[in-house]
Amino acid sequence: MALRAEGETASPSEPSERVAGKTARPGRAGRILAVESADVEFVGITKEFHELTAVDDLNLKVEAGEFFSLLGPSGCGKTTSLRMLGGFEEPTRGRILLGGQDVTNLPPYRRDVNTVFQSYALFPHLNVFENVAFGLRRRRFDRAEIRRRVSQMLEIVDLPNYEKRQSSQLSGGQQQRVALARALVNEPKVLLLDEPMSALDAKLRRQMQIELKRIQAQVGITFLYVTHDQEEAMTMSNRLAVMWHGRIEGMGSPKDVYDNPTTEFVASFLGASNLLPGTIESSAADAVTIAVAGGATMHVPPQRVSRLESSSDVKVGVRPEKIGFLEQGNDVPASHNAIGGRVVVSTFTGVGNQYIVETAIGVSITVYAQNIGHQSAPRSGDEVILTWPIEHTFTVAPLPTSVEINETEGD
Amino acid sequence: MVPLAFMLSLSLKTCNPATGACVMTWHWGEFPSEISLYHQEFITSLYFAAVSTVVDLVVSFPIAYWIAFYGGRRKNFFLLMLLVPFFVSFVIRTIVWEFVLANNGVVLGTLKHLHLLPSGFHVLGTGYAVMAGLAYNYLPFTALPLYVALERIDRRVLEAAYDLYATRRAGFLRVILPLTVPGIFAAFLLTFIPMFGDYVNQEILGGTSNTMIGTVIQNQFLVNFDFAGGASLSAILLVIALVGIYAYARLLGSRTIEQYL
Repeated sequence: MALRAEGETASPSEPSERVAGKTARPGRAGRILAVESADVEFVGITKEFHELTAVDDLNLKVEAGEFFSLLGPSGCGKTTSLRMLGGFEEPTRGRILLGGQDVTNLPPYRRDVNTVFQSYALFPHLNVFENVAFGLRRRRFDRAEIRRRVSQMLEIVDLPNYEKRQSSQLSGGQQQRVALARALVNEPKVLLLDEPMSALDAKLRRQMQIELKRIQAQVGITFLYVTHDQEEAMTMSNRLAVMWHGRIEGMGSPKDVYDNPTTEFVASFLGASNLLPGTIESSAADAVTIAVAGGATMHVPPQRVSRLESSSDVKVGVRPEKIGFLEQGNDVPASHNAIGGRVVVSTFTGVGNQYIVETAIGVSITVYAQNIGHQSAPRSGDEVILTWPIEHTFTVAPLPTSVEINETEGD
Repeated sequence: MVPLAFMLSLSLKTCNPATGACVMTWHWGEFPSEISLYHQEFITSLYFAAVSTVVDLVVSFPIAYWIAFYGGRRKNFFLLMLLVPFFVSFVIRTIVWEFVLANNGVVLGTLKHLHLLPSGFHVLGTGYAVMAGLAYNYLPFTALPLYVALERIDRRVLEAAYDLYATRRAGFLRVILPLTVPGIFAAFLLTFIPMFGDYVNQEILGGTSNTMIGTVIQNQFLVNFDFAGGASLSAILLVIALVGIYAYARLLGSRTIEQYL
């Protein structure tokens, strides 16, 4: 597992109390023996289209051999960032480094990256073999070498004996494999993947996710993956960056970013979060005390507090799966936070139950309880007390009220 | 289809030039005799049509390419500009072309006045005038299929080529040009076949020499009243056109024809 923490987000809502606890981590152990150098580096990249700023001062490092995802809703700048690395868009400001070399002004055909396009963009007039051989032919490899490499790559993507097929005779999943082979056969420094799963149905998508991870492990090439599907990004990546309005809102390993969201956007976009508005009252070494609207008091570990320096207003967050129901007659343990409410919706989902609990302050809290049956399930209308461990509580800086997070995605 | 069937049956009849009455005689001999009489006109037509078609392809490819790739939001305006001259009647256009090419007209007159051309130089009445007229009159029939073919090329496929180390030159030769081939073939058929049977350009611009087969057919029907002869010449033209379309269908598939017509 690659856990890296340098080059964390440069967003203005970056927490002050967060950074200290996260820096020193062990370097990656693994297959790639080369010195840990950044394969891709965006330095202060900004892209403006007329009035619109698509990418806003992006700073990002991707290490060699990593599976890195850019995740965000449509229009967040993730695809534009990828296209700038591919050479299809020119940044308005900033530099892009590839293996330490400045490629900002190079045309696409002089960059050592290859792209798997969202629509695959296979050459309709060429058969599978010629599609895959296209890049090798442009670089004037000899015939025997081209034949050898293309066959080997079609083997890897599980399409042997498909050389003579026309691309129009292939299914969506097969076209995607050809697109992948066509890019990978050139052994680029970095493979760029622009929402490659979006045209596949759900079942095939899950299958291809596993396939793609296997192929990446096999070829050992850095993958830069763009997606709007947070589950996909978390499943596949070593590290990911959540983008919104052209900026990186959170970056790190999927577990890091999920467990320690740094902004309200990340908390809501990556998985689900319950967020309660509150004000910081006091800070101690072991816990920060926050007064939540409605009178309750909650404690948060200091290293999990993200906030704006200028304000003590925060939102207290907890993930739905971390919450439990307090059994009747018991007291709230000192290690837990608690809030009371009434169950309004209770849904059985097989693996568990999903509850929506309405609190006195009007904020609904979602709870996922696993179906392990040692607890009687509360029913709709029951008054309950929700508790969760202090260590699973975090805070984020609240967004200005005018900003709405649009989680839905139709690309 | 009815006039066509009538024409085909006419080619096998024997007619009385004085009365115009025709009787079915299954006289196949009309075909070889017409060919031996008029093979020179067939060759002239073939030559004029071929040269003019090539000229049209060479001239309209850059125009169609530019409109398809760089026309932006004004594509339709540029296409309209290409078509506007052709809203005028075919014959009128050709007569105006006659003025343009006249011995002391706008072009030659000016050049002669500047002593860039000898005063005896002329274009009208030569094969060049006929080819110029043909090329001018059929330009949209080449430009439009080419435009459609170029416009249909997925820009992302072109991006994929650049991504795979293709320079702009390689992108053009390896992706754009191969994907335009059906359009080039359609343009060729739509231009070459009507040019082959055209007589207006030759009548107006070619003077008395350089007779094309279209003129012969017209004369057979309207001057010589040799209906069977004219009909059999037309039948030969039809066969040539069908052979061309058959070749197209075999090479590129019949479905692509529908996309360009």
